[in-house]
Amino acid sequence: MYVAVKGGEAAILHSYRLLAQQRRGDAAVPELSVAQIRQQMKLAVDRVMAEGSLYDPELAALAIKQACGDLVEAIFLLRAYRATLPRLGCTLALRTEAMALARRISATFKDLPGGQILGPTYDYTQRLLDFSLLAAATEPPPTAAGPTLPPEQSTPRVVDLLNQEGLIERCPPPEGDPEPMDLTREPLRFPADRATRLQNLARGDEGYLLAMAYSTQRGYSHTHPFVGEIRFGTVAVELAPEELDFTLSIGDIELTECEMVNQFVGSPSEPPQFTRGYGLAFGHSERKAMAMSLVDRSLRASELGEAVQSPAQMQEFVLSHSDSLEASGFVQHLKLPHYVDFQSELDLVRRLRAEAQAQSQAAPPPSAATPPSPKAQP
Amino acid sequence: MNAPTLGTVLHAPTSASETAASVNFAYLDERSKRMIRRALLKAVAIPGYQVPFGSREMPLPYGWGTGGIQVTAAVIGPNDTLKVIDQGSDDTVNAVNIRRFFQRTAGVPITTQTRAATLIQTRHRIPETPLREGQILVYQVPVPEPLQRLEPRETETRTLHALAEYGLMHVKLYEDIARHGHIATTYDYPVMVNDRYLMSPSPIPKFDNPKLHLNPALQLFGAGREKRIYAVPPYTKVESLSFDDHPFEVQRWEATCALCGATDSFLDEVIIDDQGTRQHTCSDSDHCQQRRDAPSAGAA
Amino acid sequence: MPPATSSPQPLLRVQQLSKRYGALTALQDASFELWPGEVLAVVGESGSGKSTLLNTVAAQMRPDSGCVEFRLRDGSLADVHALSAARQRLLARTDWGFVHQNPADGLRMDVSAGANVGERLMGLGWRHYGQLRAAALDWLQRVEIDADRIDDAPRVFSGGMRQRLQIARNLVSSPRLLFMDEPTSGLDVSVQARLLDLLRRLTHELQLAVVIVTHDLAVARLLAQRMVVMQRGRIVESGLTDQLLDDPQHPYTQLLVSSVLPP
Repeated sequence: MYVAVKGGEAAILHSYRLLAQQRRGDAAVPELSVAQIRQQMKLAVDRVMAEGSLYDPELAALAIKQACGDLVEAIFLLRAYRATLPRLGCTLALRTEAMALARRISATFKDLPGGQILGPTYDYTQRLLDFSLLAAATEPPPTAAGPTLPPEQSTPRVVDLLNQEGLIERCPPPEGDPEPMDLTREPLRFPADRATRLQNLARGDEGYLLAMAYSTQRGYSHTHPFVGEIRFGTVAVELAPEELDFTLSIGDIELTECEMVNQFVGSPSEPPQFTRGYGLAFGHSERKAMAMSLVDRSLRASELGEAVQSPAQMQEFVLSHSDSLEASGFVQHLKLPHYVDFQSELDLVRRLRAEAQAQSQAAPPPSAATPPSPKAQP
Repeated sequence: MNAPTLGTVLHAPTSASETAASVNFAYLDERSKRMIRRALLKAVAIPGYQVPFGSREMPLPYGWGTGGIQVTAAVIGPNDTLKVIDQGSDDTVNAVNIRRFFQRTAGVPITTQTRAATLIQTRHRIPETPLREGQILVYQVPVPEPLQRLEPRETETRTLHALAEYGLMHVKLYEDIARHGHIATTYDYPVMVNDRYLMSPSPIPKFDNPKLHLNPALQLFGAGREKRIYAVPPYTKVESLSFDDHPFEVQRWEATCALCGATDSFLDEVIIDDQGTRQHTCSDSDHCQQRRDAPSAGAA
Repeated sequence: MPPATSSPQPLLRVQQLSKRYGALTALQDASFELWPGEVLAVVGESGSGKSTLLNTVAAQMRPDSGCVEFRLRDGSLADVHALSAARQRLLARTDWGFVHQNPADGLRMDVSAGANVGERLMGLGWRHYGQLRAAALDWLQRVEIDADRIDDAPRVFSGGMRQRLQIARNLVSSPRLLFMDEPTSGLDVSVQARLLDLLRRLTHELQLAVVIVTHDLAVARLLAQRMVVMQRGRIVESGLTDQLLDDPQHPYTQLLVSSVLPP
């Protein structure tokens, strides 16, 4: 029995053994190494880092191995690990305008300073299964040329170009540039400001955000989006320690950034401008960054004077359900024993049915003039 | 928090891979414990009020007791004796898992006996054995907001609690009576705490609600996923909602426990053969065991 | 028809209320007084500011300037917008009523008629199911809703029935002041007539003070002793309904009275 009087502990230990077996699979097949996952399942590793809120490709690869490829489970492992790490400091704001670009595209302009760099992308592949991948390659793939610009040269952002004419809203930080609240330390409260919302979305489940973003394109709030710019490449992470009067670069990370250009708004006192949505994710995560930018814009509805009508515009709805750990945990918790509460429900249903039966077998129902009696409705 | 170590001590983990020497006592770092304790103090000062707290990702999933675990981890000390139950039993897989977690990370004595425990973490039941002053009961709470099914927006429910506007809950109870002739809530039955806050007692069966009232023990409630902590201090008034002409009633069974003969405990129904024959046994495994061990000194 | 009970002190005093939305002036320097048991109609075409006036007086929105004072049961005059949110909400649930144009805005659509009517009483501490049900039945009868609909949800009611339920829901706590925003618009003519009859009877029986917003002069004539006429955010004329309708002085009032303007 699953809940045998003295069997619970033994059952759990046995389940660990079965799990280890499942993870290993057929012992005749070579074991997958963490290094292989890191190198050859890069996009899975990137997703786990993004939603795990921890930039460590090796640990993310380890989590994927431990989780048998279940990325939501791997994200959970990484987050739980992250929660044990001490906080050493805060970096300076990342300067994506100084990104060493591997890929950079814009849908709003045919050509622009810095050019359109296609980079490594599935976008223009044909989705035909490549059976040659069933066998290991006999030769390594030919090396492709790297980024066309030397890394020290910054490529201007599309939003900055639009800004030169004042065509797009500027999003200055709030008065006094306050430190954003830390969602990994404080609970989410409503109404949430934009910085908090972006944090929530950055950690949010990609599938969920994708669906929410999609809904905004199908009439559930529509903001005429255009991809202003997508950038993918590496960015320096910099610290400014108190003891030193200069900044230190502690390493480079890969980021994907998306600036979405949306419906213009104006008012009697202000001429119209385009509005913005923003997305940012660790690694090469375009789908995530784009979805995030659409949802970011959608959640700005009330601040931009738009009627809040569809789910993707409702803060409480979007932000309360975006975390895969919370969602998965609560959905799956239904597997836990609930038989005590179910017993109580069984009791009530039996009682109501017995009463309904007794009533239908008893005298005809009283007339409307007598005191109202409770009706048992289906 | 000193208690003599009576009763059974379950096996400690033996494999080397299970020791967690590099982890702080009870897993949480001291900073997190302080944060939780501050929330607990506030909760005790305002009985029934939901205090938001910065819930951490724990090695167990949200929805599986992380709130209760964080509360226990914040208050447990080396001199505590811990009991963990789920559905009233010490041996359900979830209780075993949580107990193992504290054995690995805190190494405190554990017990199955309610009387011997200083700290009891529970999911969905209150022990049948009456609690004493000095004991702490930690409840695992899935949905801390009693109004959530009626009003999902937290911005709204926050205002309703602040203004003590609980008409919505009474509307729901009225509807139940109009539709079914009875209040249709059988577990997680809403209560008024200290005549001020409407509270969810967690999904305990309503059978257990009377035990919340004027309990000598400290009752703490942790909701990890929803990030709320609340408390009922010892000897606090806790009243289950009702109408004057539809008073609050607990469940009664016609059967008695097949193992110990108890007539006044919460009974689990078990199907024992293909013909659907049913047997009833005490949900509270310790209570049942105590009654069987010493039938003359009947518990409860 | 003068109010049945005259009192030296007004129940509601509105002074110089103003409200802007950005560059748009929705309301400018609106003032009036209301005595117990008196019905006041606020008349004008759409965009005249009459809903803004109602909403600022009923504390559903804050004015930019001006003052709304309400005489509490103890006789003292309270500045409505200076009250705490808690006190405003209590007032709105007990001593005031607000009947919305769309009854769905003023009802719980998926909860039974009985619960809708009983809610204010439950909020006041009533804890006896039988008594709540009896009070609900009494009120349903008073607004001419069949008693055996008590357990049905307003979602299955007609528009006229929903509106009558909304009225019952508001009146069950014996409020002294009722706000109504175009209560008969959207209903067909015969249903309107029946509702107006009901309103006239109830306001008289219960000696309710009412502020009713309407674009329909016939409604004003039937229900209100006094009337104010609004145009582009200002009150341009006020006085006894009959006098205003029979002998309008302001050009805009004359225009309203002499033609049937679109709502």
